Amino acid sequence: MNFSNVPNKRKSGAASPLHGDYTASGAQLTMYQVPPIEDVALEEFEQFALDRLRVLKGVEEARSRGRKPDELESVVNDLWRKHMRMGDAAETTRKDIISHYVLRLAYCRTEDLRKWLLSQESALFRYRFRMESPDAQRRFLTESGLPYNPVANAELEAHKDKLLQVARSVAGAGATAESVYYKVPFEDVPELVAGRKVLLSKGWAYVPRDQLAALVVGHFRTRLSKSLTLTRSQWNAKIEAQEKDRLTPVVEALSSRYLGPDYSTPSTKAGVRVADVDALAAASFPLCMQHLLHKVRDDHHLKHGGRQQLGLFLKGIGLTLEDALTFWRTEFAQKFGVDKFDKEYAYNVRHNYGKEGKRTDYTPYSCIKIISSTPGVGDHHGCPYRHFSQDNLSAALGRMRLNRKTIDDVMTKVKNHHYQLACAATFEGVHGAPCESGINHPNQYFDESRKRAASREGDDPTAQGTPPVAERQPAAERASPVTPVH
Amino acid sequence: MAPGAIEHGPSAKRTRHDPDIDSTPAADMEVDEAPAKRDVVYEDFEGYSPQLMQQFYRRLFPFPEMVRWLSYGHKKNPHPMYDENYLQRREISMTLDGDIFVRYQSFKNADEMAKTIRARNPLKIDIGAVFNVDPAKRNAYSSFGAVERELVFDVDMTDYDDVRTCCTGADICKDCWPLMTIAIKVVDHILREDLGYQHILWVYSGRRGVHCWVCDEKARKLTNEQRGAITDYLKVYKGSENNKEKKVSLQGSVLHPMLSRAYREVLLPAFLDQVLPRQNLLVNETQIDTLLAMIPDEELAEEVKAKWRNGGRRASAHEDENLARWKDLEKIVIREKKRNIRLGHCLEEIVFAYTYPRLDLEVSKHMNHLLKAPFCVHPKTGKVCVPIDPADCDNFDPMGVPTLASLLNEVQRFRGDLREPAEEAAEAALPTDLDKTSLKEAVQLFRTTFLDDLEADCKSDIERAYRAKKDELASRPTTGW
Repeated sequence: MNFSNVPNKRKSGAASPLHGDYTASGAQLTMYQVPPIEDVALEEFEQFALDRLRVLKGVEEARSRGRKPDELESVVNDLWRKHMRMGDAAETTRKDIISHYVLRLAYCRTEDLRKWLLSQESALFRYRFRMESPDAQRRFLTESGLPYNPVANAELEAHKDKLLQVARSVAGAGATAESVYYKVPFEDVPELVAGRKVLLSKGWAYVPRDQLAALVVGHFRTRLSKSLTLTRSQWNAKIEAQEKDRLTPVVEALSSRYLGPDYSTPSTKAGVRVADVDALAAASFPLCMQHLLHKVRDDHHLKHGGRQQLGLFLKGIGLTLEDALTFWRTEFAQKFGVDKFDKEYAYNVRHNYGKEGKRTDYTPYSCIKIISSTPGVGDHHGCPYRHFSQDNLSAALGRMRLNRKTIDDVMTKVKNHHYQLACAATFEGVHGAPCESGINHPNQYFDESRKRAASREGDDPTAQGTPPVAERQPAAERASPVTPVH
Repeated sequence: MAPGAIEHGPSAKRTRHDPDIDSTPAADMEVDEAPAKRDVVYEDFEGYSPQLMQQFYRRLFPFPEMVRWLSYGHKKNPHPMYDENYLQRREISMTLDGDIFVRYQSFKNADEMAKTIRARNPLKIDIGAVFNVDPAKRNAYSSFGAVERELVFDVDMTDYDDVRTCCTGADICKDCWPLMTIAIKVVDHILREDLGYQHILWVYSGRRGVHCWVCDEKARKLTNEQRGAITDYLKVYKGSENNKEKKVSLQGSVLHPMLSRAYREVLLPAFLDQVLPRQNLLVNETQIDTLLAMIPDEELAEEVKAKWRNGGRRASAHEDENLARWKDLEKIVIREKKRNIRLGHCLEEIVFAYTYPRLDLEVSKHMNHLLKAPFCVHPKTGKVCVPIDPADCDNFDPMGVPTLASLLNEVQRFRGDLREPAEEAAEAALPTDLDKTSLKEAVQLFRTTFLDDLEADCKSDIERAYRAKKDELASRPTTGW
């Protein structure tokens, strides 16, 4: 296909290299400011995108396991070598650019997709940038139009003590301050600000040279984020309809591919009745949901974060709106009375089912979302493996009747910040069977658990759960519409 | 007569007599039963009611100041760079009596805003984002989204319930309010010194907390991601219901300069002078347990507790018992630190846990979060959401802020009678009595500590942008025909 149909194009002649040398990743690093304008065969269109997805998925997995920056560098390096490397550097660069732009198309269409791509692409870019030599990094800065100059010595001297203090707060008491700093508006380095890794003074951030990657990634992110929004409006306005029989199906299939199911449609065909909730909870809820259920039964109240996390999960396992209202009303009315519930809380329940406000049918929270939430005082939502104190967690695991060995195993994983692995270990302890797919979603935990229950009773295991995410080989010819996997 | 209701039935005319007021011409104009007035004694207004709110919106609410603020220098003046529709793109929403929530309202100017608000008489007014188009007409456009929003913070006393002993929930008193003062000082300093902002408005939320509006243009244009970064920069408190023991975790052997400065200049002094003694942290048995649980060495905690149980050191007459015990604890921890590395920042962590601001971060992270407008009246307390001068926040007394009833009593004292001609429409303005009440001071504070500078800056920014554009046009080479 010809990419000049693609939005955000530049009217420049060709995708001219930003700088000449091919470096660590075997392709030149780019900010993807110029889309390819050559013809791309459909097979390449899809194959390149799939290969890039494998890299991004790998990056996501490694990050969710809490790998350290150095480990991530080598993970990225391996993934890149395996899936993206071509015969020569020019070929690799071509594949890099084409696959990136195809994924922009595929992942521009919803907020969640955009967020996912933005996050993974930024991570990929970061580790590729880190692998470059300092010289190449500096060159890249200039060539990408990021003319940051080092701070003059006199100014550095004025902030000397505080710069040293920041360096020590980041890297330990023995650290010394960098000799080269860049002074940039703090808005340009959100991640360094968020992590308190820079000195801030009067709106400026003093970025040490070894944190340069964050600065560049910040720009990369901002640009990509804007382009994705733009691509989305172009996609909606015309491409989707124009390419109805050719690219649209490919693109839709690509985006549903690696994210896994979002559990927006109930996983149980028969649905779940209010009366079944407690029995199902004991057998098949992950700890986070068991805890929330336990709390709402005890306190007859949950704060907003908890109501969302549990409410959407229950929706995902097949509780109907009517049953959900009954469920919440039964509990909350004991504390507040039916009137107050109907007035203040029922709206929220209906809202989650897409019956109020902007009528979005909300999807249940994934593990990543739950793990990255920040429960405060009085909150019970979040991931127990991440947010509970050690004592609370091991007590909670004890109540799930796990044996000592399993609890120890879970606690070790928690100590190493592998929260999803800890949850999978709990699953294995509870069900006495391996959990091969890992745990990525509370509703997936539930489905896997029901599947086991069903197969133990001799039923057809697929009757209850969602089918596993199948890897599909790209078809050679994409003339006919493709049915998305999900 | 129901408390708070303005119903002047013929028999209810009793007014407090005030000789000074009778001579005021304005009062005479308003009162239609002037001759009988000397004999009637009015009841004091009390509490909160929609009828009182109507009076408040008609006589006291500072619409002109609100609109001057939200216009950010964009006025009707025929200046080429003024954005006439700027105010109109701002979402104002209202909560009406009966829990009716009206979103996406917008106003052209102060008159229109005053008219609508007087007519609908909301319990609460919320200010939302500035959108790309007039939010009231959002359905006519294919794209609709927030483009600007003040950076806002919300600090609520209920988030401190685990570290205060004096009150819980919605209550506040002089013993816990210092926690809010600490929050104002710490956050205000970070906003000004670290982030370089200048136009910062602090407002008492009317019940149990404070709101902060950062109004610099750069702040209004922050993306959600940048807002998230700022909240993370500020965030320290990590406790939650299921992790009570470890409330604060200060990692690394050295603190970030922002944290050490907050600790040195605000948190520690306030902890020793106010929080420790007033919350009785080391005398009250349960509080002792809570505090000692933060020491990551159980034996040591036991040792300290035993010492106190056996009397330990008695505080001298001049010294607070809590403070004396804190000094004990400090000494022991510092002594043990050499042997037990886990005690690292433990003293600091305790101080942070009890004093560091606990912000409701969700409010700050997103552009399209609504926040109650200043000068609203809190329906539960009747208190007006008045501005707080951060430079003088130690002297702010939340128990002494004007209430709906106290203000209307002031008006009544001055005017003699609050009845209005029955035929008048509810949205018509009544004579503005602001200057005759104690709200005058609050509005003045709003102007002098915030609005005047903000407006001047906005105007000069607009001028500068205009000149830059003119220069650019002038320097552009003209194409010959």
